[in-house]
Amino acid sequence: MLGQVEAAEEALRRAAERGRPDGPAPGDDLQAYFDEVIAADQKIEPRDWMPEAYRKTLIRQIAQHAHSEIIGMQPEGNWISRAPSLKRKAILLAKVQDEAGHGLYLYAAAETLGITRDELVELLLAGRQKYSSIFNYPTLSWADVGAIGWLVDGAAIVNQVPLCRCSYGPYARAMIRVCKEESFHQRQGYEILHTLSHGTPAQKAMAQDAIDRWWYPSLAMFGPPDGDSTHSAQSMAWKIKRFSNDELRQRFVDMCVQQAEILGLTLPDPDLRWNEDRQAYDYTQPDYDELMRVIKGDGPCNRERMTHRRRAHADGAWVREAAAAYAAKRAAERERVAA
Amino acid sequence: MSERSERTDQRGVSGPSPLWEVFVRARRGLSHTHVGSLHAPDAELALRNARDLYTRRQEGVSIWVVPAAAITASSPDEKDAFFDPAADKVYRHPTFYDVPEGVAHL
Repeated sequence: MLGQVEAAEEALRRAAERGRPDGPAPGDDLQAYFDEVIAADQKIEPRDWMPEAYRKTLIRQIAQHAHSEIIGMQPEGNWISRAPSLKRKAILLAKVQDEAGHGLYLYAAAETLGITRDELVELLLAGRQKYSSIFNYPTLSWADVGAIGWLVDGAAIVNQVPLCRCSYGPYARAMIRVCKEESFHQRQGYEILHTLSHGTPAQKAMAQDAIDRWWYPSLAMFGPPDGDSTHSAQSMAWKIKRFSNDELRQRFVDMCVQQAEILGLTLPDPDLRWNEDRQAYDYTQPDYDELMRVIKGDGPCNRERMTHRRRAHADGAWVREAAAAYAAKRAAERERVAA
Repeated sequence: MSERSERTDQRGVSGPSPLWEVFVRARRGLSHTHVGSLHAPDAELALRNARDLYTRRQEGVSIWVVPAAAITASSPDEKDAFFDPAADKVYRHPTFYDVPEGVAHL
């Protein structure tokens, strides 16, 4: 996976060196130039003209991505004070810190599209923008932290590595940074599960239970099946997405089967088996009705996550005001000294 | 240059938390490179947040933060007119000049 990220980074550099098709001459069709840049696998940059729908869909996708990183700190943060050793605790802290950073990179990328982070946060708090369905599931045991790292971050990486080649430059560059750090998360999660599954029978059972609960929600992270995906066709034409939901889901399943074997743990799907004709694993689809319910706000933790986020925002208001007032005072002092 | 500074004409320092552009010089780097941007109420906090956000993995040893509103960028619309003179002054390149046979160390 890391190799693919580096290849994408290299491609980005080469594309920049190649230069872009010459800009549109005055009076030229802006749409035609946009199409030409996309066709040439070059990047659209913030000040380039872009179709309004391209801008809108990117704002929607990047914002949802950013919100997911921020809300995603909650399920894991739930175990910081209860991590079983100081080493595990330090690692978990570093990981949650990374998630905050990913949220900030992504908000910054979204802002290049002409919206402010404050507006995005308001949209989230008002329930008008979404975050990944996965973070509406509870973390019930320490092993869940491992399962989130391996399965949830694993699914995120499979989804995000192709985004390193997304046609919108700031998003592609943010994804390169994010994917490199996400690999650390996936590996640390895998290590937690590996340690547990090679520990006592109780630890192994705890690891298996976590996988049993996180497997299908992780598969659902790739979104609805291709037939029902509303944004997919256009996003693929614009080279925002490079692969369909089902293609990525399949890639993830194929990857996990081998990794589960090494863990000595099983994936909770009795119909999971190798299909020689397709050269891929057949598997049971996740429950998409459940996915829709969770996305619409009715999952196990939706209310808790949003309540927590709203409370943190409201409780922090006076701190933000104090910081702004202090900055204004300091600026005024500097002006007085300079005068 | 920076993806953010290219649109500072649209968005200056407004609201309670202005935008800052962050430049980091890598340990063996010769120059500061733009790495991203962040919101912070003042320069000190921008610097601290940049340290946490952009140098968690020893990415650099020196950080500059600049208010995004302080950056003026060239426009892609005037790209040709703005940069063209470089193309018609080939004599600026050493390769433009013929070196006589046999001259050493030139």
